[in-house]
Amino acid sequence: MSAAPETFAFTAENKARADAIIAKYPAGRQRSAVIPLLDLAQRQNGGWLPRAAIRHVADVLQLAEIRVWEVASFYTMFNLNPVGRTCIEVCTTTPCWLRGSEAIVAALEDEVGVKLGETTSDGAISLREVECLGACVHAPMFQIGDDYFEDLKPEDARAIVQDIKAGRAPKPGSRIGRPGAAPASGPRVLTGKKAQ
Amino acid sequence: MLADKDRIYTNLYGLDDWGLDGARRRGDWDGTKAIMDKGADWIINEMKASGLRGRGGAGFPAGVKWSFMPKESKDGRPNYLVINADEGEPGTCKDREIMRFDPHKLVEGALLASFAMNAHACYIYIRGEFFREAEHLQGAIDQAYAAGLIGRNARGSGFDFDLYLHRGAGAYICGEETALIESLEGKKGQPRLKPPFPAGAGLYGCPTTVNNVETIADAPTILRRGAAWFTSFGRPNNTGTKLFCISGHVNEPCTVEEAMSIPLKELIEKHAGGVRGGWDNLLAVIPGGSSVPVLPKSICDTVLMDFDSLKEQRSGLGTAAVIVMDKSTDIVRAIARLSKFYKHESCGQCTPCREGTGWMWRVMERLVTGDARIEEIDMLLEVTTEIEGHTICALGDAAAWPIQGLIRHFRGEIENRIKRRQGVAA
Repeated sequence: MSAAPETFAFTAENKARADAIIAKYPAGRQRSAVIPLLDLAQRQNGGWLPRAAIRHVADVLQLAEIRVWEVASFYTMFNLNPVGRTCIEVCTTTPCWLRGSEAIVAALEDEVGVKLGETTSDGAISLREVECLGACVHAPMFQIGDDYFEDLKPEDARAIVQDIKAGRAPKPGSRIGRPGAAPASGPRVLTGKKAQ
Repeated sequence: MLADKDRIYTNLYGLDDWGLDGARRRGDWDGTKAIMDKGADWIINEMKASGLRGRGGAGFPAGVKWSFMPKESKDGRPNYLVINADEGEPGTCKDREIMRFDPHKLVEGALLASFAMNAHACYIYIRGEFFREAEHLQGAIDQAYAAGLIGRNARGSGFDFDLYLHRGAGAYICGEETALIESLEGKKGQPRLKPPFPAGAGLYGCPTTVNNVETIADAPTILRRGAAWFTSFGRPNNTGTKLFCISGHVNEPCTVEEAMSIPLKELIEKHAGGVRGGWDNLLAVIPGGSSVPVLPKSICDTVLMDFDSLKEQRSGLGTAAVIVMDKSTDIVRAIARLSKFYKHESCGQCTPCREGTGWMWRVMERLVTGDARIEEIDMLLEVTTEIEGHTICALGDAAAWPIQGLIRHFRGEIENRIKRRQGVAA
């Protein structure tokens, strides 16, 4: 995990991205770009927002630092402290719980070797409990980075952790390979056949 | 069962190309200009006649909502359409399917709805976690610009229209329309007092309509096929087709489009492979996302999946997210987990909700183990009514209703636990 940097500035590439984002909003309404710019900054800084990054976003948008800070601290996707290089975010809300999220959490804790809310000592993996991720038909599931891993069994969770530890990119999506949110045995509708 | 020819979402499972070529094959963007040529009033009247009720949970008639927008600006303020893609109501994952597999339905709907409300700009607010869905949706927006379907002189209609995608950053409350507007303005997602309503002063203080993804994505097909086609499904006041998400203890969880007013039992048995262990193994169903009260099996046997039928049973259609629980379920724990959810998601602005959601969750955790006194059940019920209706937005209500439903239908289960524990202690 990285220590808090003293200074932060967008790379030239991210500065261009930031300008394109600000241009989506009417003149004088650049404050609307706070969330997207914090997201850019967090991605540039390895998954978390040091104070210097918040200050930089405030400067770019000509806002008081507190206006950016209060946004960064309100939304759960912004991390104000360092996180592991891979962050596994497990949904445990009722629809996932009904389908076995407790067993997924147990498998992850065992395989990673830390509890929910903790990070491995080498800074490689963080485990975190999150609220509903909006994929309830694919429960249980978790998110890693920008990807959802769905229709999980405990052994899938273990295999995904082993992939990460071995430096392999685990394959996102449904672990039972169904198309979208169709029933596991295959679509009953939209089959191209006439409905009964 | 709804016939495939009557489905709006013909690529619901992503079996076909989500991009513009696939969308055109499926009939999207067909005759869009002809619809616009009929005029804004025609569109709004047709939407009213279709009876489409908002698909985000509240069920307010979409055409009526659109008619609240000023027809022309008297003071230079522009009109805005804002599309709520902050899907996060536990149990709900329908807008996600539209955005990842049929995004052009949403883009075309955004153009038609904006045209009808004289909004030259529209923002789609998508939850931050839906990164891949945002990629598809942005891809569809880019394709539509490149093909001249949106942008300057959209579709050759003479109407200029810009469509922007805005990603959130993790806050359930931003699905509340005024919190969403605050968030879109770059602030904490804390709801605004109404009035003024968004149609008077919404985004940047300008007239704004906020609609759910499914509501907007339904519009092009309704306008192409006509209000009479849409009203041929469902009961009066509950018309049309609807996406249902069926999760929990069913053999095959799935999302499916069906006619409104389909019996709950038929929905579960025909589409989701039935309840695990058979219908008689059913304990209860939350029929419309986590905010609506749970229903015991006796009601599930016959209830219809529409706004009015579920309201009669003191529950609601909500987002039509059906959470099924079989007899193995610890029902008190299932609801206690929802209480934890609302405690986590309260924005902290109103005292009854900020303090009440945490208080209710702590009591619910004790009810799970029976570590309580019988009188506390009624005290909890009383507190839910002190929160309900006493907050700026409906999150307080949403936190209260699941507990009220639990006590209404499963009081005996709660009491038994308390008695068992007292018996053990004595």
